[in-house]
This record gives sequence, structure tokens and C-alpha cells, in this order.
Amino acid sequence: HGCSCCSLQNQSFFQAAILIQKWYRFTMARLEMRRRYSLSIFQSIEYADEQDQLQLSNFFTFMLDHCTHPDSGKDKNKSNVEILFEKPDVRKIDVPDSYYGPRLSFPLTAEDANALLHAFRNEQLLHARYVLQLLSETRRVLKEMPNITHLSTSYSKEITVCGDLHGNLDDLLLIFYKNGLPSEQNRYVFNGDFVDRGKNSMEILIILFAFLLIYPNDLHLNRGNHEDYIMNLRYGFTKEVSKKYKDHWKQILCLLRDVFSWLPLATIIDSKVLILHGGISDTTDLDFLNALERNKVRDRTDHTAVKTQHNPPSGSAEPSGSNSPPDPALEEWKQILDILWSDPRSQNGCTPNKCRGGGCYFGPDVTAKLFARYNLKMLIRSHEFKPEGYEISHDGKVITIFSASNYYEEGSNRGAYIKLNPELTPRFVQYQVSKFTRRKNLRERVGTIESAALKSLREKIYAHRSELTSAFAQYDTNGTGRISVNDWAEAMESVLQLELPWRMLRPQLVQMNPDGEVDFMSCFYDLKMGQPTKEAQPALAETLCRYRKDLEIIFNIIDKDHSGLISFEEFSQTWRLFTSHLGIEVEDDSIDKLVLSIDYNKDGHIDFNEFLEAFHVVHRLEKKPGSSQCC
Amino acid sequence: MEFGAVFSHRDQTVNAVVAEIEKKITKAFEVFDRESNKTVDVREIGCIIRSLGCFPNEAEVQELLDQVNIEVEDPSGFVHLDKFLPVMTKVLLDERFQPIPEDVLLHAFESLKGYLLRQNVILCCFSGEPFTQEEMEDMLNVAVDPETNILHYRDYLPKLVID
Repeated sequence: HGCSCCSLQNQSFFQAAILIQKWYRFTMARLEMRRRYSLSIFQSIEYADEQDQLQLSNFFTFMLDHCTHPDSGKDKNKSNVEILFEKPDVRKIDVPDSYYGPRLSFPLTAEDANALLHAFRNEQLLHARYVLQLLSETRRVLKEMPNITHLSTSYSKEITVCGDLHGNLDDLLLIFYKNGLPSEQNRYVFNGDFVDRGKNSMEILIILFAFLLIYPNDLHLNRGNHEDYIMNLRYGFTKEVSKKYKDHWKQILCLLRDVFSWLPLATIIDSKVLILHGGISDTTDLDFLNALERNKVRDRTDHTAVKTQHNPPSGSAEPSGSNSPPDPALEEWKQILDILWSDPRSQNGCTPNKCRGGGCYFGPDVTAKLFARYNLKMLIRSHEFKPEGYEISHDGKVITIFSASNYYEEGSNRGAYIKLNPELTPRFVQYQVSKFTRRKNLRERVGTIESAALKSLREKIYAHRSELTSAFAQYDTNGTGRISVNDWAEAMESVLQLELPWRMLRPQLVQMNPDGEVDFMSCFYDLKMGQPTKEAQPALAETLCRYRKDLEIIFNIIDKDHSGLISFEEFSQTWRLFTSHLGIEVEDDSIDKLVLSIDYNKDGHIDFNEFLEAFHVVHRLEKKPGSSQCC
Repeated sequence: MEFGAVFSHRDQTVNAVVAEIEKKITKAFEVFDRESNKTVDVREIGCIIRSLGCFPNEAEVQELLDQVNIEVEDPSGFVHLDKFLPVMTKVLLDERFQPIPEDVLLHAFESLKGYLLRQNVILCCFSGEPFTQEEMEDMLNVAVDPETNILHYRDYLPKLVID
């Protein structure tokens, strides 16, 4: 017999095994910690950005509504918003013979859908004319639908429910590959957030809308909080469309704004399973939701009450200081906001969702109350990133389903979808799209996620350099350039407010001397701006850095002839409005000085892309200058 | 020097040290506290303890959990920070579960020399404090050369040791 039998009795073998296992588990724990805080970083930055967005969205809307703008060759009496949202005349759009993409004919058939899938797999674009026609048709069909769709499992085997896709076409194609295309025998519900962040939001919409037109009773769409043109301005969809459709992007977006507002709010299966994007609040009223005019709420800021405040009211509080009679329009807006933005939590009660700036956190008691009231058995929602693609909470009553794999970074998470059978028992299918044929091991995956997360974080740190420097200085009473780890962590949190484990992250962000003190300026060493500038005000440069992506969108809106140039005056005026809206103080001529110092004037016009490129944060240690995502 | 003054100075230092340790533990705990309500899943406790730099084996983790007074049979159990903090603070103050030096780990591998064929690695995994299926698969994937079916511990050791 083999010696290995005897050695099992061997004490030293046993001891050696334990030792190795101890080390192994230790290493795994460290990896797990790194993975967790990387995901934490991604999530915190994402939510913080969403909050900033609220302030900015007021600005966008204000600018669009109030800036009248002299422009040669166009109707001087039209405001920017009217020009932006002109109804497209599709008949005037020619499709050249050189176009080899799909040519759609309405009413659409399964062949058209296949042609689209085939084209998108080969990275072709659908011509703008067909996009506009498709969107028009989609709007027409959606208008006929109620706010809440009722489905029954009686005649089909299973219904598939998918969550957030966020522009990840690969995930949608993978789902169709594993689960089959939508048809009368294969019904789907897509639970919102089809767009933003990923690079194929347009293609996903086209595919979903095409199937919606072909199988209107078998493919159902719920609206998500990203089906909102203000969100799209910030999170990449607007930019994607403007790059893919250089001549017609504004028309497409105009039509989409309408289409989004007509998306149904929720789906109920067998009167027992409620499916909606975000969640519920303690005031959620399904009958009220079913009766309101859903298309009146086009985006998160679409209510006069919001335009005059900075923060929207919570799920259960009255607007502060209001003595006026209840405003039905406000109630409608609030109910919709709650179902698109709320998140479940394990504590009882319903509190304002401070992370998101909209909706609320709802506890198991709120769920139970709603279920009792409407005789429901399950709530399926999306809206929150989950590493495994799904999560069950509230004692099995609430399911979160998230279908965008690798959402933050290659390897960050799986995606999943739910198969609901006629007994309404959910079955989960998980997947993960991978660029690599060899599956990366855990160490490699964590390494990738961690670098990406830290890179994002360092950029945020750089963009707040002035504030951080003064916060550090307050602790550094002797002017030594060093402070304790404790003080450093407190300073970081007070400025950035990301609720991150700063002590854990410290070795990655900043240098420490042998005495255990932090050399606080070292966190800026490896970062610099894209273009060295003779900055009159460093704080100004940082502001530009922080809001670079937003400014890009704003300038694109102003740039009506898509020349990439806007006049010096337009630029100044916009900048002034922008900073005053955000409450940022800048010297009157500071921006003028800055522009002159960069010397991007071309005959009194500015190439704003070049200008903004100067404020892109570059990591010195990177071989390629920072390649940003679609956003 | 006054007796009283000596004691109060030492108390101050001890208090400062304890405060620092408590903060460190709390922050590590928070990384795993998904809903920011001061509780973590009991299955993450081992992870948290190790990420604070300790090297307990599984039996020792269990012992700590018993001190925190949690029913481990219930897998959906949660551990509250208030119960975990005093137990863990004492662990760090007493400097228990110190790291094992690399050369000790190397000796451990060397004592297995001749048994590091793939099937014996599996035996090793099931000995001691047995690995879960997942842990074993991960070790086999990373540590065992698929062509020779041998674990080359000198190559594997740095992967275990370097962060």
C-alpha cells in the first residue's frame, strides 16, 4: 500500500498542513479585504457623483430654458431649448447607398430583429433615419400601455426578468444566447437602466425597442432612474449618442426624452409579484401610480418644487416650511421618484435615501405593509450593484437583480437574471462576460479591480487638492508637512465625504515616515494635469478638473453647428453662470486669464475639447495617458 | 516623581493605544458591514480578524466567536460590533495569533517534500483543518503546475506571502 496512508498519521504532516492552511486563509482574507474596499470605492464615488448631479441638473435646465442666443442663419426668436428639441422630420433624412447596415421596414418582423443583432455584433451602427423611425413607433406603442402592466404565467413556461444593463451589449447578447430570443413562448421583463456607463446604450435600446414592437405582449420594459435625460448628460449616454450620430444626435435625444417618459413604471405578475426598478416607500400607492400621467415626469428635476430647492423631499416627509394645500403634481412626482430610486435596508422604517439624493431606504416592515395591502408575495427590483448579480433580502420577499456583469471593471461582478415559473418560484442564472479566454485567478482579478478603483480615487483626490491641502494644514500646527494617520484619515473624510476605510487605503495613497507619520503632500506626487498651465488660481483648475465631463456636455449643447468651437463670449458667459449656480467663487477675469494662458483662441473662438483636455488628470506612472470610459 | 503622576501618565498612553486599536478594528469591521448598521455576517469574522494582521487557525476563530457568544450553527447569524470590539481589542493588545515567519512556512512545505504531487496536495487540503471545495480548487489552480501535476512550493510561497 502507499506510504501516504502512514504519513496521514504523521504528526508533522498534520502540523505542516495546518500551517500552510493558516497562511493560505490569511492571504485570502487580505485579498477579500482588498476586493471589498475596491468595490466600496467604486460605489461611493458613483453615489457621490449622483448627488453632485442634482445641483448640476438645475443648472442644465436653467441654461437650456433661459439662454436665448443670437445665431446666424437660425431663427433668432427661438430659445436654445426649442432649437435643441425640434421635432425631427424623418423624410428629409437620406440613407446613402453606401450604407450597408440594416434597413428597417415597419411593421418590424423577426428578420429585422435578427438583422439588428447581427449588425451590432459586428459593431455596425443603425442609420439615424431608422433610429428616429424606430423611436417614433416605440413612442406610439408605449403611449397605449398602462402605467402598470399586468402579466399572467398561465400560458407560458417561464418569464425571464433582467435587471440593469447599463449599456453592456455583451451581457444582453449573452442573455439571449443562454436564454433564447424574446418570443411568444419566451417572455421577458427588463427592469430599467438600459443606458449609461457602458458603451452600447444605443444598441441596447434599439434591440429592446425592436423586440417590443414585434412582440408587444411578450417583451416588457420598466423605466429605470437612468431613463432620464439629465442623468444621461452626466453618465455617458448623451455623449455616446453625440459621437455615433454627429448630425442627428439632438433630434434623437429629443425623441428619446419623450420615449423614456412613456416607459411603464411597473409590472405585476399573477397579481403577486411586483417588478419595478428601485423600490418602495411607506407612502407608495399602486392605485395612485396606475392612474397618474406618467409622461409628465420626464426627469428627476421635472417639478417646479425641485427647481427652487436644492434637495428633493424624502419619501415620507412634507416639503419643509410648506403651508400650501397638497399639490397633486408634487405627489405624483414623489411617488414616481420613490419607485425609481429607493433601496431596501434591513432596518425597519422608511428614511430619506441620503446616498442617492432621491427616494428612500425602506425596511422589512414597509415591505410587509405593502404586501398586506395589495396581497403581494414578492418584490423584484434592480437599481443596486450586487457582486453575485442578485441578492435576496427582507426574509426572501425582496429580490435585487442586476444584469450588468463587470460593471465597474473587468472582474468586478457577475450579472444574473431570474426565471419565474408558474409557481412563482425564482431560479437564478448567473454569468460573467470575459475578454480573456483563460479565466483569471482571484489574485489577478482583485489586482485589476483594485488598480481601477484606486485610479478613480486618486483622480478625485487630485480634483480636491486645494481643499485637502488646507484641511491637512489645520492639523499640521508645526508646519512639518507630516500629521498622524488618524488626523490624515479625518481630513480625507471631511473633504471627500466618501465614507471609505482610509486607514486600510493609506499605504496605496500616501507615504509614511519611519515614525509612523503621514507625509500628506505625497498623495499628489504622481498626478498632474494633462497640460501644464500657468494657473492663476489652482482652485479654478481643480474645479474644471472635477466638472470636466459636465462642461463637455454643456459646450456640446451650445455648439449648434458641431464645429467643436464656441465663441469666447459664449464660453465666458456659460462659465460665469456655471460657477454662480454651483456657488463657486471665482475672480471675474480668472477664466479669461486661464484661457489666454492656454492659448487656445482661434479667431475669437475656443476649441473646447482641446481646452478641456488640459484638465484631464494624468497618472505619471501610467504608460498610456489615461484612457477614460465612454462617460 | 509622584507615584500618582507615574500611573496617570501610563494610563494616558494605554488609553491612547487602546483607542487607536479600537478605531482600527472598527474601520476593518465597517468594510464588511454592508448596510452600515454595525453588524456583519458571522462567516466574515475570520476574514476580519485576519485582515487585522492575525494568523489564527479555524479552531481559534471559533474560540473567539464563542467568546462573542454567537450561535454558529445558524448560518444567517450576525455579529454586532459592540460584542466583537472588546474581544478583538484584547486579542490585539495581547498580541495573540502573531504572523508566522516565511522561513517557518518554507520548512512546512519542505517537510511535505515528496508528497507534493497533486493528489497529495488534495490529501493535505483535507488534513489539518480541511479546506472547502472552493479553497482547494483555488490552491490547485494557482499552486499546482498543470503539466507536471506538482506543487512547486518555492514558486508558490511568494504568492502566499507577498501582498
